[in-house]
Amino acid sequence: MTKEDIMKPENLVYQKPRLLNDNPMHYCPGCSHGVVHKLIAEVIDEMNMSEKAIGISPVGCAVFMYNYLDIDCQEAAHGRAPALASAIKRLWPDRLVFTYQGDGDLACIGTAETIHALNRGENITIIFINNAIYGMTGGQMAPTTLLGMKTATCPYGRIPEIHGYPLKMTEIAATLQGTCYVTRQSVHTVAAIRKAKKAIRKAFENSMQGKGSNLVEIVSTCSSGWKMTPDAANKWMEEHMFPFYPLGDLKDI
Amino acid sequence: MAEEVVLMKGNEAIAHAAIRIGVDGYFGYPITPQSEVLETLAEQKPWETTGMVVLQAESEVAAINMVYGGAGSGKMVMTSSSSPGVSLKQEGISYIAGAELPCLIVNVMRGGPGLGTIQPSQADYFQTTKGGGHGDYHLIALAPASVQEMADFVDLGFQLAFKYRNPAIILADGVIGQMMEKVVLPAPRPRRTDEEVIAQCPWATTGRKNGRKPNIITSLELDPAIMEQRNIHLQQKYAEIEANEVRYEELQCEDAEYLIVAFGSCARIAQKAMEHAREEGIKVGLFRPITLWPFPTKALRERASRIKGILTVELNSGQMIEDVRLAVECSIPVEHFGRLGGIVPDPDEVIEAIKEKLINK
Repeated sequence: MTKEDIMKPENLVYQKPRLLNDNPMHYCPGCSHGVVHKLIAEVIDEMNMSEKAIGISPVGCAVFMYNYLDIDCQEAAHGRAPALASAIKRLWPDRLVFTYQGDGDLACIGTAETIHALNRGENITIIFINNAIYGMTGGQMAPTTLLGMKTATCPYGRIPEIHGYPLKMTEIAATLQGTCYVTRQSVHTVAAIRKAKKAIRKAFENSMQGKGSNLVEIVSTCSSGWKMTPDAANKWMEEHMFPFYPLGDLKDI
Repeated sequence: MAEEVVLMKGNEAIAHAAIRIGVDGYFGYPITPQSEVLETLAEQKPWETTGMVVLQAESEVAAINMVYGGAGSGKMVMTSSSSPGVSLKQEGISYIAGAELPCLIVNVMRGGPGLGTIQPSQADYFQTTKGGGHGDYHLIALAPASVQEMADFVDLGFQLAFKYRNPAIILADGVIGQMMEKVVLPAPRPRRTDEEVIAQCPWATTGRKNGRKPNIITSLELDPAIMEQRNIHLQQKYAEIEANEVRYEELQCEDAEYLIVAFGSCARIAQKAMEHAREEGIKVGLFRPITLWPFPTKALRERASRIKGILTVELNSGQMIEDVRLAVECSIPVEHFGRLGGIVPDPDEVIEAIKEKLINK
């Protein structure tokens, strides 16, 4: 069998998503963002919503999400993505509107916008990348930084007496009447990636069916910020992040 | 058909005008003395008639970012607030200006600084005309002096905002927002259809129909050479606005020896002062800037060669006076009279100030 035989269309089992363009990604090796971008591109395409999708990118590493996804996008001020998404969805009710936010964006500076958009039951999806650190600005403490975890602004480890406690925004979201689907996923294994994709699909479908707000947290790695190899970061995430941020659905109505 | 004349507050006129000219969305947060805008909209329920979205946001920060989102999607969207709330909006306003989006902001000014007072003020002139948020940008600033202008400037503000893809602001004060006057509301016209929005705003995030390239709304550019070009483009746009959109009103300026320059509620008081002064034989004229940015610099400069002095009357400690002095290039005396912290002067105080600061000096 030649290479040409293998490359015949009928043998195709996988391809780069149509809505993911060829721009080289700026993300670090081992970063979870690229995988989640790919899942979003696949789900929008599979739902046949490329002409109706509007994404809101955050301030943080994913600020340039719009450079990679071939859909209409707006870039929000830090933490304000849910406010933009709320307005766009109300003004364009048949559009698929989602935000993509990191932990600093969603759980710190944008806590109010996030909680109130979710609690109003806006028919949007919030994709929440939780890597427990500020990646873009060089690895400072995030609201989700674990106790004892060292960052540029808690170099001796996060101490509750000084820094307070890590915030579980997804648990908070599950208590809000406006949310219909709240889940915590990861993308560190093939099986996890498949589950995360299903979660994003369900969230997007819920938002189009007018069921309410959806929050999909992806517990993620930041190998650069954590100062680990990608492989070690995955292991560290399993050992330290998952016990505090357990995976699974928190709410599914 | 005879014109329908109604009696209402300036704040109510804003709300009614917004519904009637087909605004798509209003996003606000309660604050005195402008809460009637949101209250009137809630009472009118335009979502059941025109389909207009009305949403009480969790904060002024959220409200302006809802406006940012809605404006980016090509819709006619607006917010209103009062001074402390408008301070909170400055982040979003800077983003909207940077991303070159059209929208309307209403500031019904109250006294400051800080929480200040709920009484009228014009102390946000600097904030409105000199920046407010970060970066080199301008808002198209309209200063209404009557309830009629409150109603009219909603339409005018949106027209200018869409013409230049730039945020416009109505800079009112607590007097104009709260006082009741006769007003003729704009003729009702339907909201644009989604198809019309897409056709009118090919740059907007409406969904990339028919395989067009994705539309991106952002103010971010890391390459300084490109960022400089974006800034130069903004400045070119501002120069065009300065050339085309200056608006002002002159009352009895032709034979005037002294000029009062005042905007908003102060122009109303100054008009009465002008009438009283003329009864005393003092030839006073009133020059009222309607656009605070672009400021009527050229018109004022031309007027300066024919008068002896100018008094600016402002509900602040002297803000617009800087633009007036720049306009006349210090060729004649320019003095300021103002009351602060929510106090509104009466016309006699203005006449005394003209005598004291200009005539008997």
